[in-house]
Amino acid sequence: MAGGSRSQALTRQNAAGWLMALPMVGLLFLFLVVPFFLGFVLSFTNQRLVSPNPTTFVGTANFEQLLGMGVLVLSPEKEDSGAAKVGTDGQPSYPSLRSFTRSQDKYPQYYGMKELFAFGWGESRVEVLARDLVFVKAILNTCAFVIVVAPVQAGLALLLALLINQKLRGINIFRAIYFMPVVISIVVVALLWRFIYDGKDGLLNSLLCFISFGAFKPIDWLGLPQTALWSILAMSVWQGVGFHMVIWLAGLQTIPVSLYEAATIDGANSWQKFRFVTWPGLRNTAVLILIVITMQAFSLFPQVDVMTKGGPLDSTQSIVFQAVQRGYVQQDIATGSAISVILFVIVLAISLTQRWLTRERTA
Amino acid sequence: MLAGSASLAALMAGSAYAATDLTMWYHGAGNPDERKIVLGVIDDFNKSQSDWKIDLEEFPQAAYNDSVTAAALAHKLPDILDMDGPNMPNWAWSGYLQPLPISEDKLKNFLPGAIGKWQGKLYSVGLWDAALAMFGRKSVLDAAGIRIPTLDKPWTTQEFDDALVKLQKGGKFEYALDLGMNARGEWFPYAFSPFLQSFGGDLVDRKTYLTADGALNGDDAIKWGNWWQSVFQRKLAPGTSETAADQTNGFLDGKFALQWSGCWNAVAAYKKFGDDMLFLPAPDFGHGPKIGAASWQFGISAASKHPDGAAAFIQFAIQDKYLARFSEVEGLIPATSTAAAMTTNYKPGGPLAVFFDLSNKQGMLRPVTPAYAFISPTFDKAAADIANGANVEDTLDTAADAITADIKKNNGYGFK
Repeated sequence: MAGGSRSQALTRQNAAGWLMALPMVGLLFLFLVVPFFLGFVLSFTNQRLVSPNPTTFVGTANFEQLLGMGVLVLSPEKEDSGAAKVGTDGQPSYPSLRSFTRSQDKYPQYYGMKELFAFGWGESRVEVLARDLVFVKAILNTCAFVIVVAPVQAGLALLLALLINQKLRGINIFRAIYFMPVVISIVVVALLWRFIYDGKDGLLNSLLCFISFGAFKPIDWLGLPQTALWSILAMSVWQGVGFHMVIWLAGLQTIPVSLYEAATIDGANSWQKFRFVTWPGLRNTAVLILIVITMQAFSLFPQVDVMTKGGPLDSTQSIVFQAVQRGYVQQDIATGSAISVILFVIVLAISLTQRWLTRERTA
Repeated sequence: MLAGSASLAALMAGSAYAATDLTMWYHGAGNPDERKIVLGVIDDFNKSQSDWKIDLEEFPQAAYNDSVTAAALAHKLPDILDMDGPNMPNWAWSGYLQPLPISEDKLKNFLPGAIGKWQGKLYSVGLWDAALAMFGRKSVLDAAGIRIPTLDKPWTTQEFDDALVKLQKGGKFEYALDLGMNARGEWFPYAFSPFLQSFGGDLVDRKTYLTADGALNGDDAIKWGNWWQSVFQRKLAPGTSETAADQTNGFLDGKFALQWSGCWNAVAAYKKFGDDMLFLPAPDFGHGPKIGAASWQFGISAASKHPDGAAAFIQFAIQDKYLARFSEVEGLIPATSTAAAMTTNYKPGGPLAVFFDLSNKQGMLRPVTPAYAFISPTFDKAAADIANGANVEDTLDTAADAITADIKKNNGYGFK
């Protein structure tokens, strides 16, 4: 029977297919699946990188230590008369935070916590405390980085893709130029940009001084908490934009020319063509790019490691940098694994949300 | 098949007569001068006897500790390895090392910083020690009317601070002092924790080694933190964003009046400024002047099946003539006074002899505990954050808490 032999051939080919896939599947299993489950298990233990002590399960202690937060409401200190005490600057004075966070007997729930931020609430002052301030800052920095990088990098990449999706003489040169930074290792790029960002006579400062006729005062871009993260961000976008440009370009080239011709006949202008032909045609590409950029941005690490080491004042700490610091530098594999698990949960949640928001809505 | 096993048997029979191979790891890859001396010692040793043959494998210093950790995890450690002194207790506790079977009589004349002991046992020995000094120039200090400190009468906190302000106000220098803030990593605890100790604080409570609370965040430590922060706030020294090029050449180019630097840079400085060059002792911030002790040392890995051969090599290498040779090429302090006498720089009255005295008188070991592997990056971060303007008390509290928590997590690292 023709049908029978055909399905036999298919299963035979299937077996051959599996055989060919085996090396890659084996490697993926060994280097992705096994470490993933190991990391998950280790995050609930006190495993060290190297230690003669036996490993024991510690439950969720690592997560509690990393994510522990507290809120403390401070009432202003009162004079004996009952009026609020006022400091020399005219502001009400509050008891010192250290009297709460360093007293293990009286306030064990706040012991070792540090101020994340504080705000006034009527007469009192609300202190938001974190048990592991550095890690909480790393989460906040990484989120800020992702929120800015995802739209900026995707938008710039689309702009570049539209620019180079034209039939012009020498367009391949531009394509190559925009794609060049992607080919260079991020470590090399970060090293080079450290010179560009140099606080005294770096390229960026010299350029800004030159075009402002000397009115611009040099800024120590990587040495100031206000500018360091954004400097790293600008460099990352420059380095990564070419890759997503190519994906956009591939998407652009799948849109049939006949659609544009039809739109022209209907009298559509360029904006309308983009809005009603190009953009709907790029829908799946857009979903892919957004998710890829988000995931890449969450794994922010080499730039930080090369350029700032998380400083100044924790302004460039990132989640992955902290995972490496704890796991390898401080030899605390358990906490490093816990950080990786937290990152996994964050990225999974965001990707699922993005998938859900950009789903095909069938009416 | 048969032929194969026959040749294997022949091979094994052959090796019974040949010398046993021992591998040795060294951190100095990329330094051709250093390589030449190490190879010279190995060559001399291999020729001096027929039982052992040492094979050298070199690593760049920046990747060395990671390589050893990875090798230990994979059970692929070499027979002999060298290590930075303060890491030794961690490696011994973690089971990378075995005690060094060398009798202590052989080390009587050694500088204390060149001997690595953990829980009463000898684990490592160094051919040299390193020492830090305040590099300065006589003409500069004289012109500014600043007293030149001596080993017996170092600068006090007030004197040192006044000198920095005076040099900065003089306007001749970009900065009064360079501390090498660009070199994050082990440099921070090595170079700056002695300041903290001189103020009366410490990285950990050395009585129990079980907590850092009170040592790293006590009143004396906070005093250190406030002074440390003020140095950068008053712009007396460049901060952490200093570039490596500025740091390396700044003192020689006359951009800095003073530089906190090590003996390995002393030869170049002496060559440049001659007798005008001064190597001054660390200031006394109240609890005696202190500098860090201990440099790279040799030990035997726990994985070695031939500790007797490894020990024979190390014993061979710590002869005065090799100590002197390392010192001549690298500018390091020979570990014994007899070797020092054989060198041009460190012989009594030699231009760098002061480092030998500094090492002997002011040298203080970094905390001898396996926790040091954790303490070092923690202090590095705290000192950098404080220099960058972080709240001093909070930063030291955080560092002390982290160290105490780490010790607790490791069941005290063998201390009770």
